[in-house]
Amino acid sequence: MSSRPRSPMARPMSFVWTRRIVLTLLGLFAALPVYVMLSTSLKPLQDVTDKFQWFPGSLTLRPYIDIWHTVPLAHYFMNSIVVSVAATGLSVLVAIFASYAVSRYHFRGKRIFTITVLSTQMFPGILFLLPLFLIFVNIGNVTGIALYGSRAGLIITYLTFSLPFSIWMLAGYMESIPRGLDEAALVDGCGPLGALFRVVIPAAVPGIVAVAVYAFMTAWSEVLFASVMTNNTTRTLAVGLRGYSTQYDVYWNQIMAASLVVSVPVVAGFLLLQRYLVTGLTAGAVK
Amino acid sequence: MTAPTSTTTPSRGGGTGDGPGPFPGSGRAGKKPRRTFGIGRGAVPYLLVLPALLLELLIHIVPMAVGIVMSFKELTQFYIRNWGQAPWRGFDNYRVAVNFHAPIGEALLRSFGITCAFTVLAVGFSWLFGIAAAILMQDSFRGRGLLRALFMTPYALPVYATVIIWAFMLQHDNGLVNHVLHDQLHLSSKPAFWLIGNNSFVSLVVVSIWRNWPFALLVLMAGMQNIPDEMYEASAIDGAGVWQQIRHITMPSLRPINQVLVLVLFLWTFNDFNVPYVLFGQSAPPAGDLISIHIYQASFLTWNFGSGSAMSVLLLLFLLVVTTTYLAVTSRTRRTSNV
Repeated sequence: MSSRPRSPMARPMSFVWTRRIVLTLLGLFAALPVYVMLSTSLKPLQDVTDKFQWFPGSLTLRPYIDIWHTVPLAHYFMNSIVVSVAATGLSVLVAIFASYAVSRYHFRGKRIFTITVLSTQMFPGILFLLPLFLIFVNIGNVTGIALYGSRAGLIITYLTFSLPFSIWMLAGYMESIPRGLDEAALVDGCGPLGALFRVVIPAAVPGIVAVAVYAFMTAWSEVLFASVMTNNTTRTLAVGLRGYSTQYDVYWNQIMAASLVVSVPVVAGFLLLQRYLVTGLTAGAVK
Repeated sequence: MTAPTSTTTPSRGGGTGDGPGPFPGSGRAGKKPRRTFGIGRGAVPYLLVLPALLLELLIHIVPMAVGIVMSFKELTQFYIRNWGQAPWRGFDNYRVAVNFHAPIGEALLRSFGITCAFTVLAVGFSWLFGIAAAILMQDSFRGRGLLRALFMTPYALPVYATVIIWAFMLQHDNGLVNHVLHDQLHLSSKPAFWLIGNNSFVSLVVVSIWRNWPFALLVLMAGMQNIPDEMYEASAIDGAGVWQQIRHITMPSLRPINQVLVLVLFLWTFNDFNVPYVLFGQSAPPAGDLISIHIYQASFLTWNFGSGSAMSVLLLLFLLVVTTTYLAVTSRTRRTSNV
């Protein structure tokens, strides 16, 4: 792992026991809901409507089959993938350009730009939800470009959600890349973009991966705008999972199975790439 | 405005329109003549930030401005189709929102107070758990990587999935929490309701901590990697024990990171919409009526968007004041401590 091995010093027993107890408690706290999700997803429906059982009386994989029929989960999955991948790709690209400018150039308005972009992180989503909705509808009426209810509208919305943090972190990361590298490329006749693509981007890969992970997670998890800005055909998982609770029955076992299925891509990606996230944060944002 | 012309005749608009293209590369290529000024290089940073700037304008800045305009209008469902024609109401929406003797203002104030209490508890514990785990995981020991992966899982899970799991655990009849507290430990005389009534506040806080403390851990772990080993080694030679090292090396070194971390956690928690919305559905119980869901309900259930916008603007002003004060105070203490 990326963290360096600290010289194994003899620790006093008080420290060792504190570590054992605190980490065990935190581990239980973190693991409990995950265990509930996993075990519930393997129970038949009658076992989850009654008293909670720590251990499934009978195991079944049935919920994992049923989830695809109860609601059009595959369809929502596809929507979420398209929206999240596109938003991530575009967000990373836009953030690379902007952070390259911020880290390598002195230009008038740079301070205002960074402050403005960062402060948008502070806006309550609820403040611009309705105006944005109205703007999208009006753009649709005026130009015929349907943003409201479309994936495109969701994509550009989500990409701006991760943009401020991405620019901030990537700019910090690029600061740590020696300027001599891209100045040499400029001297060799590369344009600024050549220097960016041939020198800076390859050197900034850990930071870029970290930003991409963050952007993807942001888009994959978003609920508020997804519930207002989508319709039946563009609905994402964040909204679609509600379909498992009807007014007669709540299919808890299927809800848990579906939650697990939709979580696997992000959790796997995050755990595989968290090394980069820590490196990216270390070199970039946290200084 | 005659709408369709701009899209149907691209050839006419093309001459002037393709300068600031969506990508800096394309824009720059078309601007060769500018070089005659000798400021070709000077335009580069602006072209690089242009896409980010345009997107931020479209999604954040302009809607915010529109939101502020809307807060001065009487924007009920009669005017939603053509909101430009909605009558101006001056500061009426604000007056209603801050009139704490009338029901609307009173409810808003209540919701604000609940949100403050919720934020203090959730941020406090998230930070506490994060710093404790980060410090205790500094040494390498067997299973550390695995434990770190486990700790990170709540943060990596999509927020709606985590909140749905908790909603299930907090169910009255078939939830785990009541099963443990009532059936197994016999701590309560009858099963409690966790998603309605006063307990819903506790539920909110717990779920929020569960979800956010790994982020604190992640940031603090990253921050600790920047503390040079030599500092620990030198202090160990001087005879400092591990607790003293934590107090005199780790904590002071983490100060700048803590300042940013707490601010970020504060803003996220205060604005949090996802947790209450997924946990309670459309109608939050009074004890769990966080400000963002309160405004959402005030806007979308009563269709009074002018009043909802006024509340949002007040919320933004509050966050702005808190943030600037916080930054001013922390940067001053940072300066004085550096002297």
